[in-house]
Amino acid sequence: MKVVCTLRVNGEPHEIAIPPHWTLLEALRYELGLTGSKQGCDKGDCGACTVIVDGRPELSCLTLALGAEGRDVRTVEGLATPQGLHPLQDCFDLNGAAQCGFCTPGILMSAAALLEHNPSPTREEIKQALAGNLCRCTGYTKILDAVEQAAARLREARP
Amino acid sequence: MLRLPRFQYHAPRSLTGALELASRHANEFMYIAGGTDLLPNMKHLLFEPPHLISLRGLRELDFIEVQGGGGIRIGALTTLTRIAESDLARRELPSLAQAAGLVAGPQIRNMGTLGGNVCLDTRCVYYNQTLFWRKALGYCLKKDGSQCHVVQSGKRCVAAHSADTVPALITLGAAVELQSPRGAREIRLEDFFSGDGVKNTVREADEIITAVRIPPQPRGRRANYTKVRIRNSIDFPILSIALAVDFREDGRTCDNVELVMTALGSKPRRIGNLHGVVEGRALTAEVIQAVAHQAHRQAHPLTNINVDPEWRREVAPVYVRRALERAVRAG
Ligand SMILES: Cc1cc2nc3c(=O)[nH]c(=O)nc-3n(C[C@H](O)[C@H](O)[C@H](O)COP(=O)(O)OP(=O)(O)OC[C@H]3O[C@@H](n4cnc5c(N)ncnc54)[C@H](O)[C@@H]3O)c2cc1C
Ligand code: SF4
Ligand code: FES
Ligand code: FES
Repeated sequence: MKVVCTLRVNGEPHEIAIPPHWTLLEALRYELGLTGSKQGCDKGDCGACTVIVDGRPELSCLTLALGAEGRDVRTVEGLATPQGLHPLQDCFDLNGAAQCGFCTPGILMSAAALLEHNPSPTREEIKQALAGNLCRCTGYTKILDAVEQAAARLREARP
Repeated sequence: MLRLPRFQYHAPRSLTGALELASRHANEFMYIAGGTDLLPNMKHLLFEPPHLISLRGLRELDFIEVQGGGGIRIGALTTLTRIAESDLARRELPSLAQAAGLVAGPQIRNMGTLGGNVCLDTRCVYYNQTLFWRKALGYCLKKDGSQCHVVQSGKRCVAAHSADTVPALITLGAAVELQSPRGAREIRLEDFFSGDGVKNTVREADEIITAVRIPPQPRGRRANYTKVRIRNSIDFPILSIALAVDFREDGRTCDNVELVMTALGSKPRRIGNLHGVVEGRALTAEVIQAVAHQAHRQAHPLTNINVDPEWRREVAPVYVRRALERAVRAG
């Protein structure tokens, strides 16, 4: 049996009907068509499903969709604006920080949450913030470079 | 893709509301807090409760407060991130803040709660697996079977107690506050666990942990937490060591050492017979070696964790020694 719930995703409320045992990740991907958040391990190990919930990165594969009601969910689809890509996305591209790209949406969300709380993170702080996101392609170095560069750009852009 | 089994979901807004739902659905429900332990287990079909009662809406259980007499109470719904980042916890309860900050990775610490960590199900390589995997090998005592793959002749499950905050809390003398439709009770955390890995706590199914209470700490106490794991960024412990050392006024002479280790059997292990070794003595290399020796004698890692138990046993005294050395240096 389905139940009706309202999810606030990337600033927009969406009223959807889903079975109670669906995770937030399943609701995003299979009901809202937001397939940016990836279904990797589906049990908390990899971070590919990371979304920002009430300002903090959380795992959508271990969040019940009904448990996300009333909370503010942001996914990778909400990063870019009509003006263009988020600096993190642009710097990932410039630095070759994405190879197969499967881990990238989750890493972008962990990094975005970091830069919102801490505009000038040290390399060590970036590593800590991305500790829950596994990448099997890049070896991480370029990802750290990209986040550092994006942080610098965001600082410059601020008044 | 791992699908959850079906259930009905309830999101009460208060403790009273949650307890009412618990009475209504007696024996057919489980509580869920952050879900970071329960949901993977449900995806592995280790639990299939018809009803889930979410505790997330119980905002009254999200707090860290100083009590009148100087003790500290932490609400069960407080996240691990909040504890790890709390100035109060870092200053007054450093080993607890360290342990909370070493659980899993950042996202899980943002979701996981203290109450959920205290109730973390025991873990075993033969248990935390999909139904397909468990069926292929043959089920075990903890779920659907009649034998243990770790201790073949064993009659009791020895799956590993693996919660990081618990050993730290035990060395600090913490107690858990529980509330059920029948009333409230408080249990010392040390007495909260049993040696049966199938269900290793004395919590009744409908009891909600409301808070953890940590009594005022002795002056001169220095506490720290050491966690050994394969990947330092995300993994469960393969051995963990919580230490609290009480020094006398001179800052050198030792009164007492509390040492609790976990990721061994089904309950955290307090290393005993230390009082006679340390009381009234400075923690010289020789005394430290004697404490480390006790840890080696009393800690018995098992094959419930996928890392060589012999190796884990041999490194235990090394990490105990280093933890003691850190406590000495912290003076
Ligand atoms: C990849 C991964 C790595 C992990 N690594 C670690 C680790 O290194 N160390 C570690 O300790 N844990 C680890 N965990 C386990 C888990 O994330 C933490 O233990 C967390 O603190 C559990 O809290 P929760 O609120 O999510 O619990 P839940 O999953 O919501 O609940 C766990 C259990 O406790 C019960 N429960 C929860 N709250 C209450 C309450 N207030 N009263 C009564 N019962 C309650 C639930 O019914 C359930 O049985 C890991 C998990 C994953 C997925
Ligand atoms: S310790 Fe034995 S009974 Fe317990 S989960 Fe492991 S194999 Fe099963
Ligand atoms: S898919 Fe959620 S952590 Fe791997
Ligand atoms: S780019 Fe392939 S997993 Fe990270």
